[in-house]
Order: sequence, then C-alpha cells, then structure tokens
Amino acid sequence: MCKSDLTCRPMGFSIDNIRADFPILHRQVNGKPLVYFDNAATSQKPQQVIDALVHYYSHQNANIHRGVHALSQEATDAYEAARDLIQSFFNAKHREEIILTSGTTHSINLVAHGYRSLLSQGDEIIVGQAEHHSNIVPWQMACDLTGAILRVLPMDQNGQLKLDDFQNLLNTKTKLVVVNQVSNALGTINPIKTIIDLAHKQGARVLIDGAQASSHIKVDVHALDVDYYTTSAHKMCGPTGVGMLYGKKELLEALPAYQGGGEMIKEVYFEGTTYAGLPHKFEAGTPNIAGGIAFGAAIKYLNSIGLDAIAKHEDELLQYATAGLKDIDDLIIYGDVPDKTAVISFNINGLHPYDVGTLLDQMGIAVRTGQHCAQPVMDFYGIPGTVRASFAFYNTKEEIDLLISGVRRAVSMLL
Amino acid sequence: MNTQAQQEIIEEFALFDDWMDKYEHLIGLGKSLPLISDQYKTDEFLIKGCQSKVWLRADQKEGRVYYSADSDAIITKGIVSVLIRAFSGLSAQDIVKAPTDFIKEIGLSDHLSPTRANGLVSMIKQMKLYATAFAAQNNA
Ligand SMILES: Cc1ncc(COP(=O)(O)O)c(C=O)c1O
Repeated sequence: MCKSDLTCRPMGFSIDNIRADFPILHRQVNGKPLVYFDNAATSQKPQQVIDALVHYYSHQNANIHRGVHALSQEATDAYEAARDLIQSFFNAKHREEIILTSGTTHSINLVAHGYRSLLSQGDEIIVGQAEHHSNIVPWQMACDLTGAILRVLPMDQNGQLKLDDFQNLLNTKTKLVVVNQVSNALGTINPIKTIIDLAHKQGARVLIDGAQASSHIKVDVHALDVDYYTTSAHKMCGPTGVGMLYGKKELLEALPAYQGGGEMIKEVYFEGTTYAGLPHKFEAGTPNIAGGIAFGAAIKYLNSIGLDAIAKHEDELLQYATAGLKDIDDLIIYGDVPDKTAVISFNINGLHPYDVGTLLDQMGIAVRTGQHCAQPVMDFYGIPGTVRASFAFYNTKEEIDLLISGVRRAVSMLL
Repeated sequence: MNTQAQQEIIEEFALFDDWMDKYEHLIGLGKSLPLISDQYKTDEFLIKGCQSKVWLRADQKEGRVYYSADSDAIITKGIVSVLIRAFSGLSAQDIVKAPTDFIKEIGLSDHLSPTRANGLVSMIKQMKLYATAFAAQNNA
C-alpha cells in the first residue's frame, strides 16, 4: 500500500484494471465500442480525477488564500498540495517555481508577455520548425512589439531538428530558444538536453513546450537545467483549463508580471502597487481551484502506474501499430524515427486525411485529421494534413487491430 | 417544404440502412461530380472553414442558378454534389427560400454542426449567398 502520495509507486501494470478506471472507454460511438486514438489532443480521465473534481465541489468549495474560515483553509491546503505533487513530479527545486496556469498556451503567453520588456531591437529568438501554433504566435507578437527577430530552427525530412543548423543559428544576440520536447504533429522527441546545453553556452535561455511529453517521458527540470517548462493537465489525465509553468526561481523573479488583479499583489495604493512573491505574482484572480486539485489527482494516478510502465506499454503499441500500418500499400508515416512517443502521423498516397478520418469515425475509431495546429509542418511536407493516431497507456493491441483493419477498409472504399 | 430534388435525394438515401452503403454512395457521387476547371480553383471560389478545400461557383442562365464545385476530399465532393443536386436549376429566389432540413433526413446531420470540420454549413451558406446576390441583381 502507498503510505503517502509522494512515495506511491507502481503496483504492476494491469491493462484491465487500468481500463476499468476510465468510464468513457466503455461507451459506444456510432454504434461501435469507442476506440480512442486522439490522446495527443487530450487524454481521457480516470474516475480518480473525476472524483477529485466532484469531491472538491461537494465538500470543499471555498475561495483560497484569503479566508480565515476552516473551509477556505481546507481548500487552500488541497490546492497547495497539488502544487507540491506537481513540483515533485517534475523535480523542481522550489515549490514557488511551479506556476499554475490555465494550460500550455497560457504558460507560454505568460513568459512571452514578460519578454516584451526584456527583448530589444535586433535580439533573436530561435523557434523550432515543428512547433504548435501556441509556441509560435506569442513569440511573433513579442517580436513585433520589440523589433526582435524570430529565427527558425529547421527540421529534416524525418521531423528531426537539425542540430548543426542550431549551432550556426546561435549567436550573442540569441536571447531565447523555444522548442517542444515532443512534436504534436509527428510525435518525434527532440534532444532537449543537448539544445539546452548548447543554448546555455551562448548565454541564451530555453523554454521547452512539454505538452506532448509530460505524461509519456519522465521529466526532471532540475537535471535538464531547463529555464522554463510548460505543460497542460488535460494531456496528463487531468482536467481541462489547468496547466503549469515551471521557471527557475531567479528568472521568474526577474520576469515582469503578466496579468494584474487580486492574489498577485502585496499592497495596492493608487500611487503604486507592490507585487506578491512567487508563485502568486503570476496567479492573478481566483484560480481554477477544482482543476488544480484534480491536476494533483492526475499526477497521483500517473505515479501509481508509473511513467516507466506507461512508456513501455505505449512503446509496444507504437511498434505494433507502426508495423501493421506499414503493411498497407502506399501508406506514408511522417517522422518515422526511433525516438518518438506513441503518435503515428500518416497519409495514404492520394487520399485526403479528412476522408480517411471520417470513415474511421463511422467505425467508432477517433483519430485526428488536419494540420494539428502545426501548419508549418504540413507546409514543409507539402500536404493538406495527416491522419494522426495517438495512443495512451489504456489502449490495447486489439484496438490497434481495429485501426489497421479500419484503415484498410477505408482505403478500399475510397480508392 | 422540400423541393422535388430534395425529396428525391431523401428517397435515394432511405435505401441505405448501413453507414457503409451510405458513404459508398457518397463516395461514388464524389467521384462522378463534374469537375470545375482549374482556373476556378482559386481563393476567390474557396470556401473557408472546411478541413478539406472546397471550391464553389455559380452561374445564372435564363433565370436559373447552376452550381459547380470541386474538393480535394472525396467525401466532401460527395456532400457538395448532393447539395448541388438539391439546389441547382432553381431560381435564385427559390434557393434563398429553400429549406435545408433534408440534410437531417438523409442522415448527414452529424456533419451539420457548425464546428464540424467539413464545413457543410459553410457550403450551404455560400450557395445561398450566391443565390441572394443573383436575386438582388434580378430585382435591380
Ligand atoms: C506541443 C503542444 N503545444 C501546445 C499545445 C497547446 O496546449 P493547450 O491547448 O492545452 O494550451 C498543445 C496542445 O495541443 C501541444 O500539443
């Protein structure tokens, strides 16, 4: 038995027990049992996380950090306990380095907004070519306002960032490097440790978008020596509308505040206001209290299975599905490299991803089709989009068999 | 009230009790849709809001409106060809007034929600916009 949440360790991987935890996996779609392969868009939620939301609203609902009454204290404790769980999950040195946000998009905007004051004309930001739009647009906005320049770190045909080019791009004007740990369009894993080390040698800071990584790969922000790291709870079995920004303490202290309001201030006079310390400086307003607590529950849940066991199972699914799909004539997998998470982005020569996805949906199989919020990746390959199947630890080989036969069936209908 | 063409489409689709047959039919329609020439496959004729590209144009001849369209996805082509059959050949006025309930009756309503990526709603809107423009021209 687990004595405390923080020391809770895996009890062995039982797919049946795991699937029993996810009520949605037992429903039907279009008259067929749901096969959910859109995990890269958002993961499903175990009962434990759903219960945490219900429990909070049923028993603990109160505003936090401000009440003297017992309920407020209890809610505050539960919310702050979630921060501790997140801190230990990512191995941050200090709890105040964990800023609770509404998600990756919010986290990136928070940092990019601060950089509007830190960048000057001619400064440079290096952005990966395979970024999600939410790790492109906030930087474009910051560059527009400051006269800083956005430089693109190109990828090769397999979706891997060209590290030689990176060395050439880095220079004394480089202030920041922003790349994802895992590409949502392709599933390819970037060598972020190398990127961080190279950038630091040039005196540049690094923000890693971990939205696609944190429920698949063990992340240790301290060991990585990363400056900023972002993620979304909803991709980690947690609820939507909550996420995290990790930042090194000294950097967050120097970063200008983002939104103003309650919670984030120390003293307010009309002559001027002093800001609260970390993490509250960046947490203006009443936060998503239930979401934060349930984010904690999601982390406990992932810990109880263990990221190693999760990665092992997902990798088996990936290998199995890759082999099965490759057997299909004219099927092209984008980013087919050894280092990737359980995401397969593919097309069948001559078929539109939308057609394939629509027919799979009729068979109860949920995949994502389109550009996956990464238009530059699609432009790179010169395609309108891909079909993306992304697997999670609660998926099975039987479901992958259904995907493969479903794709074959779709092809025979469409050709 | 459904138009005659809409009634025919409803009857045709009622023959299918299985999704596969229905989609096979749509795909067949998509494959046989007369293509519009490449000169019209431009941004001017592109309907926004679809995951697949749809180009749609309209002509008025002797008081009747005729549509032609193309798409890079076959199912979308099938859907747009159903819409063309439902509306093409009517007067601009009649198209503006024509109901769109037949979409639900042929079981394509899961494509109807405005957020659905295939943009069925945008296609109907664009067809009606063309008709509205012709109707205004005719009255002027
Ligand atoms: C790599 C990556 N970055 C950023 C995001 C944006 O995350 P959110 O919508 O949760 O803010 C996503 C989500 O799709 C993503 O996959």
